[in-house]
Amino acid sequence: MKHFWSFLFFLVPVLGVATFVFAPHFNIWLPRDISEQGRTIDSLFMFILYLTGAVFIVTESVLFYFVWKYDGKSNEQPVLFSHGSHALELVWTIIPAVTLLFIAIYQMQAWAAIKMDPPPISYTCEVTGRQFNWDFRYPGPDNELYTLDDIVRTDGKLYLPVNEEILLKITSGDVLHSFFLPNLRVKQDVVPGMAQKMWFKGKKTGGYDIVCAELCGWGHYKMKGRVFFLPRNEYDAKLAEFSAEQNTMRVEVPEEE
Amino acid sequence: MSTVTADTHAAQGEHAHTSSFLKTYVFSLDHKIIGLQFLFSTLIWFSVGGLLAMGIRWQLAYPWRPMPLLGNLLAANEGGQIAPENYTMLVTMHATVMIFFVIIPILAGAFGNFLIPLMIGADDMAVPVLNMLSYWFMWPAFFLIGSSFFVEGGAAQGGWTSYPPLSVIQQAAPGSLEGQTLWLLGVTFVGISSMMGSINYMTTIIQMRAPGMTMFRLPMTIWGMFITALLQAFALPVLTAAGFMQLSDRMFGTGFFLPEGAMANNSPMETGGGQPLLWQHLFWFYSHPAVYIMTLPAMGIVSDILSTFARKPLFGYKPMVYSICGIAGLGFIVWGHHMFVSGMNPMLGMTFMVSTMMIALPSAIKTFNWLGTLWGGKIQFTTPMLFAISFVSMFIIGGLSGIFMAATPVDIFIHDTYYIVAHFHYVLFCSTTMAVFGGIYYWFPKMFGRMMNDSWGKVHFTLTFVLMNCVFYPMHILGMQGFPRRLADPYHYETFRNLLPLNQFMSWAAFLLMASQIIFIINFFGSMFFGPRAGRNPWKANGLEWQAPSPPGHGNFDFQPIIYRGPYEYGSPETDEDYYPQTQPPKEKPMTNDQ
Repeated sequence: MKHFWSFLFFLVPVLGVATFVFAPHFNIWLPRDISEQGRTIDSLFMFILYLTGAVFIVTESVLFYFVWKYDGKSNEQPVLFSHGSHALELVWTIIPAVTLLFIAIYQMQAWAAIKMDPPPISYTCEVTGRQFNWDFRYPGPDNELYTLDDIVRTDGKLYLPVNEEILLKITSGDVLHSFFLPNLRVKQDVVPGMAQKMWFKGKKTGGYDIVCAELCGWGHYKMKGRVFFLPRNEYDAKLAEFSAEQNTMRVEVPEEE
Repeated sequence: MSTVTADTHAAQGEHAHTSSFLKTYVFSLDHKIIGLQFLFSTLIWFSVGGLLAMGIRWQLAYPWRPMPLLGNLLAANEGGQIAPENYTMLVTMHATVMIFFVIIPILAGAFGNFLIPLMIGADDMAVPVLNMLSYWFMWPAFFLIGSSFFVEGGAAQGGWTSYPPLSVIQQAAPGSLEGQTLWLLGVTFVGISSMMGSINYMTTIIQMRAPGMTMFRLPMTIWGMFITALLQAFALPVLTAAGFMQLSDRMFGTGFFLPEGAMANNSPMETGGGQPLLWQHLFWFYSHPAVYIMTLPAMGIVSDILSTFARKPLFGYKPMVYSICGIAGLGFIVWGHHMFVSGMNPMLGMTFMVSTMMIALPSAIKTFNWLGTLWGGKIQFTTPMLFAISFVSMFIIGGLSGIFMAATPVDIFIHDTYYIVAHFHYVLFCSTTMAVFGGIYYWFPKMFGRMMNDSWGKVHFTLTFVLMNCVFYPMHILGMQGFPRRLADPYHYETFRNLLPLNQFMSWAAFLLMASQIIFIINFFGSMFFGPRAGRNPWKANGLEWQAPSPPGHGNFDFQPIIYRGPYEYGSPETDEDYYPQTQPPKEKPMTNDQ
């Protein structure tokens, strides 16, 4: 087939764009977003996606056009004996440089908000990653963390009040982990010996996945948790229930050998 | 032809009398034989790395189902079922083999060794003994990594990045027993080998160019190799030092990478006072430049092939050289972009974001210049050319997807997901490996004196090109959904349950991709013995290497090469042919000086 190769290369932009166009119809896309910074991150993602998508379509189409037009079998023109063009080099240096710099600067505000300037925090709890479980510590009735009435849960279920700014203190009990909430677009590596923190506001009630995103050993795949966002009154009831449960819990002390 | 060979041997009398089989083909000092030794070794490891990838793809398509055929090899004890610790070993060793035993040594070791003296007009490397050692130092690495599969606990399981404490604390994972020690020693030997090669390449390129071969008449392949050698010389010592620090943490109880009060299996470790992030900084200080070590020579190869088969000068030679240098310079100050969510100071994250965005610029300039090279040419669709064009097409994807990761807020979400897996496979497999295939098809006639079969080459190209896109392109949308890498069974998360059918499609494409490489293997070995004779310059190319006999004898050239011009003067009005070899004297001007 004439021009078979150029059409093969033309498939790249066509199917490349088609994949992204049809993926949402198969329910494969950014997961449901329930947080404030999730919206920022998604819009930045889409901004870069459209920008790079446009560059992708243009460059791949130019590649297709050249490969089609300058096919040695059909191109009757003599070869263009050119070693380059100073003007063109300037154009395709300056325009991408400005664009790239713009992308970098455009992102900084969001980065600072997510990582550097915490909003007023209304609720704090602690997460500990250990092979292969997430443990959670909540402030007890005195509403203060690291006191005697703290509630410690090891069932991998994190309960949080909805629509409140939450600060999570994250530590590791052994190796590296990464605390990843896909639906809130937050992720933080958990490093032993370092106190990490993250803040977010969950805006929808319900249960969502907690994923470990840093290789932590053979059981990495099953280091799964769930986060549940509850309305404040239900949340207080839940925590009171935990507190009561913990106070009546009998600790079996293993016999010393 | 026969007289030529005789002359070469006579000129190289000192080598000729030692031509027993062992000296000629095993402990050879000849850069071409050493290059071929690297080529064969790396191609064997390439198939090993590919088989490991098949295990990964099987598990992602059919989690916990016994793997047919290959399962007996990869997971014999479990009856072919891939256990979770086995899976983490597969991802670790797939990356380790592909990076340290395939891409780095096939570019620098195989192509670098074979091509540098031929393309600059030298009779061999500056230090042939060092060159031979650089190959033989790969063997301890082959042996150490190869044997690590059979020790207790299996091969390393800490990821190819080998992040402590997982890799340091022996109780943390089965692979952190002896497997990890062997891994560290193996990588150190690869480093020694690369270092020997890099010093040799730099010396040779600076000192041994033929008369008239100025730096700005060097082919882009040699520029790629030169800058790569420079990067290795400056970055490798850091990895070697860090490797020894980790080894000492493991064996002598130091605590460079273990924090105070580190725990393992609920018992406190006796050491501490270190910092796990220190390893990440040191590791990426090498491994980020290493990304360019795995790309720059491939870019050079592609530039040469594109110009040859577009029958047109390379567009913007000097901007191409400057952008390679720019990549090398910036390459040293972007390592932090691997650590945006590691807990590193977020201020640093901003700095690294800017430098990372800027390093996309030289790559963009190179891409535009490749397109400029095709513009107005007379393209010949030979197999090497198809691979080179596909490099450009795929590198656009790999380059653009990198911008997402460079943007720090977006990276928070896609870090350690399949988005990054898509990105680096587009750069390393779909781009670099395609350039390697192109390079093999292109220089095969020079290596063995025979042509590879072009029709089967095109079948191989088409299958590889289509299938690899089926494997790697959907990884972008997997990553968009947050699908994490290195998970043995991601489907028990509610968020990722619906991704199983897509993964099965990708896995089947991967199995077919692997199978279609058989065409290449048969073509490669068949052509080596039965291919049509090539002659010196089968592609009518300008490069100096095409003026030497195919295959070149000891000492490479049967005449003293004198260089009159750069390697890309295709379609020059000064000559009647459409190519203008670097050694062909200009028509009118009589030869007054030998410069």
